[in-house]
Amino acid sequence: MRMVRRLLGIHEHLSFVDLVLALLRVAVVIFAVVGIWATIQRGSFTLGDWGTFILAGLSLGSVYALLALGYTLVYGILFMINFAHGDVFMTGAFTAYFAANAMAKSGFLAQNELLSFIIVLLVSSGVAALVAVVLERVAYRPLRNAPRLVPLITAIGASLFLENTFRGLYGAGVKAYPTWTMFQGSIRLGDVEISYSRIVVVAGAVAMMLGLWWFVEHTRTGRAMRAVSENKDVAAMMGIDVDRVILTTFAIGGLLAGAAGILYTLLFNQVNYFMGFVPGIKAFTAAVLGGIGNIVGAMLGGLMLGILEAVGPYLLLDGFGIPSVNQLKDVVAFLVLVLVLIFRPSGILGRKENT
Amino acid sequence: MTRRFASRAVWVGVVAGLAVWHMSLVGLVDSFQNRPILTDILSLGETLPLAGIVIAGAWAARPLLAGGLGRPTPAQALMAGAIAGAATGAMLAVLSFFILVLKPNGMLIHATPKLVNDLRFFQDAALGTLVQVGGGLLLGTAAASLNLVQRVARRALVWGVLLVLLFGIMNTFVTQILRNLPLKWLSTFLYRGDGLTIPGAVLLFAVTAALVAGWMLRGTQVRAGYAALPNASRQTTKIAAFILLAALILILPQILGVFLSDVITNVGLFVLLGLGLNIVVGFAGLLDLGYVAFYALGIYSIAVLTSPASPAFHPQLNFWLAVPIVMVIGGVTGIIIGAPVLRLRGDYLAIVTLGFGEIARIIFLSDWMTPYVGGAQGIQQIPAPTINLLGLALEFRKPQDIYYPILVACILAALAAWSFQRSRVGRAWTAMREDETVAEATGVNTTVYKLMAFSMGATFGAVAGAFYAAKIGVVFPQNLDILISINALALIILGGMGSITGVIVGAFMLVGLPGLLREFAEYQLLIFGAVLVAMMLFRPEGLIPNRSRRAELHEEEGESGPEGADGGGGPGEQPPGDRQPHPMEKPASGLALEAVAVSTRLGDRS
Repeated sequence: MRMVRRLLGIHEHLSFVDLVLALLRVAVVIFAVVGIWATIQRGSFTLGDWGTFILAGLSLGSVYALLALGYTLVYGILFMINFAHGDVFMTGAFTAYFAANAMAKSGFLAQNELLSFIIVLLVSSGVAALVAVVLERVAYRPLRNAPRLVPLITAIGASLFLENTFRGLYGAGVKAYPTWTMFQGSIRLGDVEISYSRIVVVAGAVAMMLGLWWFVEHTRTGRAMRAVSENKDVAAMMGIDVDRVILTTFAIGGLLAGAAGILYTLLFNQVNYFMGFVPGIKAFTAAVLGGIGNIVGAMLGGLMLGILEAVGPYLLLDGFGIPSVNQLKDVVAFLVLVLVLIFRPSGILGRKENT
Repeated sequence: MTRRFASRAVWVGVVAGLAVWHMSLVGLVDSFQNRPILTDILSLGETLPLAGIVIAGAWAARPLLAGGLGRPTPAQALMAGAIAGAATGAMLAVLSFFILVLKPNGMLIHATPKLVNDLRFFQDAALGTLVQVGGGLLLGTAAASLNLVQRVARRALVWGVLLVLLFGIMNTFVTQILRNLPLKWLSTFLYRGDGLTIPGAVLLFAVTAALVAGWMLRGTQVRAGYAALPNASRQTTKIAAFILLAALILILPQILGVFLSDVITNVGLFVLLGLGLNIVVGFAGLLDLGYVAFYALGIYSIAVLTSPASPAFHPQLNFWLAVPIVMVIGGVTGIIIGAPVLRLRGDYLAIVTLGFGEIARIIFLSDWMTPYVGGAQGIQQIPAPTINLLGLALEFRKPQDIYYPILVACILAALAAWSFQRSRVGRAWTAMREDETVAEATGVNTTVYKLMAFSMGATFGAVAGAFYAAKIGVVFPQNLDILISINALALIILGGMGSITGVIVGAFMLVGLPGLLREFAEYQLLIFGAVLVAMMLFRPEGLIPNRSRRAELHEEEGESGPEGADGGGGPGEQPPGDRQPHPMEKPASGLALEAVAVSTRLGDRS
């Protein structure tokens, strides 16, 4: 009896909310088990298919992971959901489109592809970092002492403002990135075909994550960031310029978001002004999944969410005979968001929060 | 000292200039060019840069608080205004040259020579630049001189100008209303072509300025005179005013005509939505970003229940029979959605509800649900509500007719929200919003009250959806996205969270105005975003604040109080602010005092 209770998460005094949550847990588990079993019975997909799904999830997940780092860094220090972070990602990718396009037109891109890719990456990261810094300075800093919902609403407003500013500046249409011939082609691994661009995305994301980890753990600024996230007041007393550390945090989050923007265009090859909204929410999901405030957690959460989103619809829903499960991949991602926040808001690696 | 004012003026001018750059490059200036205010003299597009200059000038002449320098002397104020205005004008000139030299319109789609023409007020390069900088200087000085004149004169002037602008913008609608009333002569006096005439503008300005000045000078006397009247005649005045207002509201659609009635019914639908969201966000302090899900639920429920074209299940009920069912569906769904998320902290709750909203939209649109709710096609042929009155069948479909059911729904909803706010439930919500832990400690059952808020909010949202469906007769699932949630949120934040009048004012400003101006549609969300940020930065309590909410949002200005509206100060986390005490450090006596305060507030009526 005790075991059952613990599994269902019921305390000694059963309240209404506990009951609802317990029922929900049972329902989710039954749904997942039945779904997986039915899908396996049906057997519509080969092992190679699953490999392809997982790889697609891994590459998309590494983009989410880079974005999730931005959420996690800011939340770790300010306890605030930077709702506009997805749009910072958009600003970088969108602005860099013009650099890429100009270089493609002048022929420079064809001559020196690697250099132009690096330029595009720098433009994207630079613009995104700049936007993030301006956002912090103008919209968030004056509200640092406000009740928690106030900065969230501000961030929602900033998100709308950024999206529609870019729509006004550059137009509402979808713009296609020039293709990078150096990333064309693929290698075969058994049944699974892996395109170079996916490899580049995963490798690039991992490299940047390692770089960030090194920065936070081994530099002076990184130490200051950790100190501020521990306790702002004590950090200030120790002579750390808290405002500057926060600004740096936003800049780093922006840099990573801009880079994520370029990796995202390698996967999808296009930009538009609304491209940041859904990836932003998913990256926030990833950050919570890994344990918000935790850098390693954000990386893990991103990869997990990417894989769940790519595999989930086929694995869980296909067995029920639901048509076009691919339409429901966002539902899977948002369900992960909802369930993680309900059942384990502290995430996989986060400390248990008492709220 | 003078130098401090001068350097601030330059800074203010440059910031205002950047704002004008933004408005020009996103296309606001150019698309508003076609909306004249004064015929052949001034258009709304030109007003935007001018407004930038005026605001810069007035701002630069304000007292310098940060440096402890106090008020500027008149000479300093005028100088600061001139510098700021000229700086903004110079920014306009820089933008004009930038566009002409670099020709960036392959990238920035609105940076065209036509925009330069607008920004130079249709002059050539030399004269245009002179107008920009010199005009900026003069206008900035004039704006700064506003700070020097008496308060009465300043208010009168500002209101006069604003009203002229408003009447200029609203030209077609004012003309139409005046034609529907037999006042055509007035409209021919006020307007020529698409804008105001000079005498018309002067008359409007003079009347408004005189009224404002008169009220400011004599207002207290008038009020005192009214208060001195005997009780009976005050009563009569009140009743007369009420009857006049009611009559006006009743015949409003006839005065407004079809198009304006359509706009005002949309405002009414958003008043309903806003009132519902206001219960959840404003009263109970639970930020719900997926509110559109309940609206969609209402729309789909009424469609399935009443439409003969509903794919799977079509009972074809009467609208009036279906509405109570929709309300029950909404209320129950609110509880179902609310129950699992009750334990979540404020900001996580917002994101979870956002997730629910998106899930609902995707599922309604998916192939999976198409056999039941029509997928991307939606459901057609939703019948209009009808009433059989003494053998006279009335059908409410046209904007001028559906206005009445929506009006009744709005009045009932506002009364319901108002009585909830003043009841024991409302006080429990307030207590919960201000500090959940304290509320619980004083015996408020937060589970029940939170579920109640969710359920009530969902019911209102579903009813708004039902009337929307009845109004347009079809379901367009594509439009039911997060932007409706954001729209409702923006209007209650503009009006003031927790304030019922605020919801109505907010709906008129954020749904009514954009509905009137076609050019606005494209920039609506840009403006919503700016409104959300600006309100949070400068006036978080909204335009028409609810008293206790204002006290909460400004608590940092007094003593440091509880952590915030969501009250989630668990031991495992820090407060969001950097100079606030850690929640654990909050003295126990403070908590006890708050508990007493809340319990008194809860007990004073029940």
